[in-house]
Amino acid sequence: MKMIWVLARKELRDGFRNRWIAAAIIVLAILALVLSVLGSAPTGSVRVSELDISVISLASLSVYLIPLIALMLSFDAMVGEFERGTMMLLLAYPVTRWQIIIGKFLGHVLILLIAILIGYGGTSLILTLVTGGGIEGWQAYVSMMASSLALGAVFIALGYLVSVIVRERATAVGAAIGLWLVFVVLYDLILFGVLTMDKEQQISEQLFAALMLISPTDAYRILNLSLFDGVSEAAGLAGVASEAGLTGGFLIGSLSLWVILPLIAALLLFQRREL
Amino acid sequence: MMLDSIIQPVISMQNVSKTYGRETVLSDMDLDIQSGECVVLVGHNGAGKTTLMKLMLGLTRPTSGRVEVLGGDPAFASAVAHHRTWGYLPESVAFNEAMTGSEVLTFYARLKGSSPRDCENLLDIVGLSGAAARRVGTYSKGMRQRLGLAQAMLGNPRLLFLDEPTNGLDPSLRHLFYDLINALHRAGATSVISSHALDEIEARANRFVIVKSGRMIASGTLDELFRQAALPVRMRISVAPGQAAGVAERLGSAIDISEIGDTTLSLACFNGDKMAVIRRIGDLGDSVNDLQIQPPKLDEVYNHFMNREAS
Repeated sequence: MKMIWVLARKELRDGFRNRWIAAAIIVLAILALVLSVLGSAPTGSVRVSELDISVISLASLSVYLIPLIALMLSFDAMVGEFERGTMMLLLAYPVTRWQIIIGKFLGHVLILLIAILIGYGGTSLILTLVTGGGIEGWQAYVSMMASSLALGAVFIALGYLVSVIVRERATAVGAAIGLWLVFVVLYDLILFGVLTMDKEQQISEQLFAALMLISPTDAYRILNLSLFDGVSEAAGLAGVASEAGLTGGFLIGSLSLWVILPLIAALLLFQRREL
Repeated sequence: MMLDSIIQPVISMQNVSKTYGRETVLSDMDLDIQSGECVVLVGHNGAGKTTLMKLMLGLTRPTSGRVEVLGGDPAFASAVAHHRTWGYLPESVAFNEAMTGSEVLTFYARLKGSSPRDCENLLDIVGLSGAAARRVGTYSKGMRQRLGLAQAMLGNPRLLFLDEPTNGLDPSLRHLFYDLINALHRAGATSVISSHALDEIEARANRFVIVKSGRMIASGTLDELFRQAALPVRMRISVAPGQAAGVAERLGSAIDISEIGDTTLSLACFNGDKMAVIRRIGDLGDSVNDLQIQPPKLDEVYNHFMNREAS
């Protein structure tokens, strides 16, 4: 455990040093700020809390941004050390390969946690204090931050998998962009296309729910838009998700599996890798 | 258990071969290293020295054969516990460029469970105290090598793997480096060193292993290698001006005289004949002013074995 913490602390320190954390905080804070300002318009006519509106708009955009930040943090984690030659030295120290992966993972998740806490949480807190807005629906907002961290963890794990498979950093960059495109854009696009063409309704509701469940980004989206009543009503999705069987437990389970499976795969590949 | 660890070699390689794809990097390597030995791997670039070290460190696995370090497979996760007492300096060592020298060393010290005091001492020993707060990215090649040495020395290692350790070090630091190694050896450490700097390593090692194209072509102490190579011992005699030719005549044709100058004669003989030749020179009495004896150097031995393999 001590080894894992030593390795995690190094990643965290690197994150502070190369301004990664600062950059991520700024991006997330700007997003939260802009969306709160723009999002405050519709609250006048419909009686919903400002925070619920923020959750909807932030979750919709985080789905693009958080995976991108997570992949940028993680794609280099293994291949960079292989390429620079620092991995060889690290492995001659009393650390096992799984400790290296878990340690890096913990460090990168902490970086993301800090960025989300300050970028989303801090901004929202300051806005609420300044404008004197209500804190109704803060649970949904906290849950949005937690699920954003989980989504980030998914893409950190996927980034490691890429990083341990490829042989060069340049390939890792390409593969990371590819992952982002597939999971964040193409999957939904293709699903939407298939649904529009599916005039005879061959795709059952169960199949559709399953297709949503196996995509980490969709799981994240539905989780945020359906878990709390205030949010789901404002999003116009009241009851839809639970009717389709997409309960919170399933959605969280899906995200967890998307963290654990790529991490295990990355670890197995790393174990077999010769230097 | 104690007895076992004394009798068993620290490192044992049996019939080890390693291929990467179609390329054979090592073939049929047999090598035992005993506790307390300082073994030097000698060979051209690409001869397989680095691969040998990686196999001993468990960083890669042999394609066939057995590698055992401290009685176990070094590639097993269980061997990782031993790493606490190991020191490794890879060839052209690399560090995280954004970290300062002292941060790098502190990070590695934490992994090895050494104290921050150790770091300060080591930085001081390798002469990096003044640059400890600078980013490694600003370091010269020699400074990186020094930092590499410092990390390898963390925690008083019992087993050292040093790949081209004196590369990029200036002469005074080379001395310091060999002093450090000697001190660790006196305390009972074992080391495996790969080196190109044959002239400086000659006097420091117990045993040399000459590797060529993935095969071990010779192994032994310097004396053993001299004998195996049967290289001539060179002598140089100083005589009074103009007497060289006369002295050569008196020595007789049985002795191989390679050069006759005005005041000097150069000759060569096999090691076994050395004493006989010296006695004959002694018999010459006052005509000989001085005698210098040059045993073969390690690089000559090395070249001999290399050329023998080539032909």
